Amino acid sequence: MSGRVVIGVGNVYRGDDGVGLSVASLVRGRVPADVAVLECEQEPTRLLDAWEGADVAVVVDACAAGGPPGSVHRFDVSSDPLPARGFRSSTHAFGVGDAVELSRALHRLPTHVVVYGVEGVAFDTGAPMSAPVQAAAEQVAAAIVRELETEQRDA
Amino acid sequence: MPERRTIRTDYLARVEGEGAMSVRLADGMVEHVELRIFEPPRFFEALLRGRSFREAPDITARICGICPVAYQMSAVQAMEDVCGVEIPEPIRLLRRLLYCGEWIESHALHVYMLHAPDFLGYDGAVELARDAPDVVERGLALKKTGNEVMSVVGGREIHPVNVRVGGFYRAPTRRELRVLVEPLERAREAALETVRWTAGFDFPEHDVECELVALQVPGSYAVEHGRIGSDRGLDIAVAAYDAHFVEEHVERSNALHSRRTGGEAYLCGPLARFSLGADRLSPLAADAARESGLETTCRNPFRSIVVRSVEIVYACDEALRIIDVYDPPDEPFVEVEPQAGAGHGATEAPRGLLYHRYVLDAEGTILDAKIVPPTSQNQLAIEADLRGVVGRHADRPDDELRDLCEQTIRNYDPCISCATHFLDLQVERR
Repeated sequence: MSGRVVIGVGNVYRGDDGVGLSVASLVRGRVPADVAVLECEQEPTRLLDAWEGADVAVVVDACAAGGPPGSVHRFDVSSDPLPARGFRSSTHAFGVGDAVELSRALHRLPTHVVVYGVEGVAFDTGAPMSAPVQAAAEQVAAAIVRELETEQRDA
Repeated sequence: MPERRTIRTDYLARVEGEGAMSVRLADGMVEHVELRIFEPPRFFEALLRGRSFREAPDITARICGICPVAYQMSAVQAMEDVCGVEIPEPIRLLRRLLYCGEWIESHALHVYMLHAPDFLGYDGAVELARDAPDVVERGLALKKTGNEVMSVVGGREIHPVNVRVGGFYRAPTRRELRVLVEPLERAREAALETVRWTAGFDFPEHDVECELVALQVPGSYAVEHGRIGSDRGLDIAVAAYDAHFVEEHVERSNALHSRRTGGEAYLCGPLARFSLGADRLSPLAADAARESGLETTCRNPFRSIVVRSVEIVYACDEALRIIDVYDPPDEPFVEVEPQAGAGHGATEAPRGLLYHRYVLDAEGTILDAKIVPPTSQNQLAIEADLRGVVGRHADRPDDELRDLCEQTIRNYDPCISCATHFLDLQVERR
């Protein structure tokens, strides 16, 4: 295994869009030592650099796919694209799904890529993260830690 | 009854952030064009009040993930203006170098990922990458070099943390900057290829008429400072901005639109910078511009992709020049003591003029903040262009008209992250 990375995507000043960054800070220090934890504040083409050289990447972003606030989706995008519509609530012209597909087209996608999407409700500038999304951040952080620990044991 | 039609789309792709746009046609005549914008700067202006003047660079850097340096640079300049501090040349050059990194990064993103697909018939960069991976890799490599410059000088690629009022927390060593030489030389070659590539696209004949506004510095292509000039003879200090440009609140929108005090729309950004400063590009960038077929002014928004490419050449060239002459400052910053008063800052963000004004009390607490991003300054000009495009092509089917409107907007690289919320295109024909 040459590298594993957790990447939180979002904007801390846009309410629930900050959930990816929140999860990144929650998992820092709790994931196995070989895992790098990064934040990507807007502009997701930077994801291509963030997961460069990694075998495993776990990405967390807010989404608005129509589910109840705080509900969590987990997508394994190693082989299949991210469902298109849900991930455009973040303020990114070039979304996480685009970054995954661009990386795939260029044969630069890590072998195993998982995207967690947390359903947001408040994306206004300056809004605090909503209570259900805050709770979901804890839940996603715990799931990621578990997932990476299990993977390490199985490796 | 007039013939009226309605077209709606949910969102406009490949524009930074989100926004809304509506067009209404009646009997083939344009009744109404509106680009609705929601502006985080309003929120940040409120957030800044009551904070220390020293916090402004870090807070304003969060307004935009694409151009954090621009916000920091306009903010520190304004604060230094309030406090009557002159920045020594080595620190100014370091700021310019940091800014070059941002121009490379932002322009490469727009040229390759967002704008080029329009000219090549692709839905987006992903589709382009499947057919032309080498081309997209070139764009990503350019962007990465911009990030590296920002990382070495600014401390972090996005939201650089090394910038402070008065200079930098830490100045890079000569050796640290030398590491950037090889990637920048490669990037400069890639930028020249980018100019040749984009110059080969098909461009409709289409010039915009509005006044072009950009910073001006004698003998230099304006980036991190300058006087505000225009192609109609405007030549003012940044402090006079509010006397020549007004923001007005627009009904049914959170936005403030900027106008000249006479009421007219104006345009800032690459077309304005190039048209006012082409003779001050580096020889290499000037040659690239000439070979691309650009004349000394360019008013065709479609050709802005070539101008941005020339500006990438310039930014690489200029970054290399600065690194070559770099002599680390004795101190990385000048001590700045707060003073009561107002101060002004303006720099050339990748998308155009970015103006900040602050009022401080004697302790350096921010009493008032005003931030005018380039996209809200360009908004009226974009709407005027759209009105013309829709009027000339009103007979086109809805899908084609929508595509034309979207490309018209993308020509201006509007940074919706700092200017617009939910770009929801509606073409209503009634």
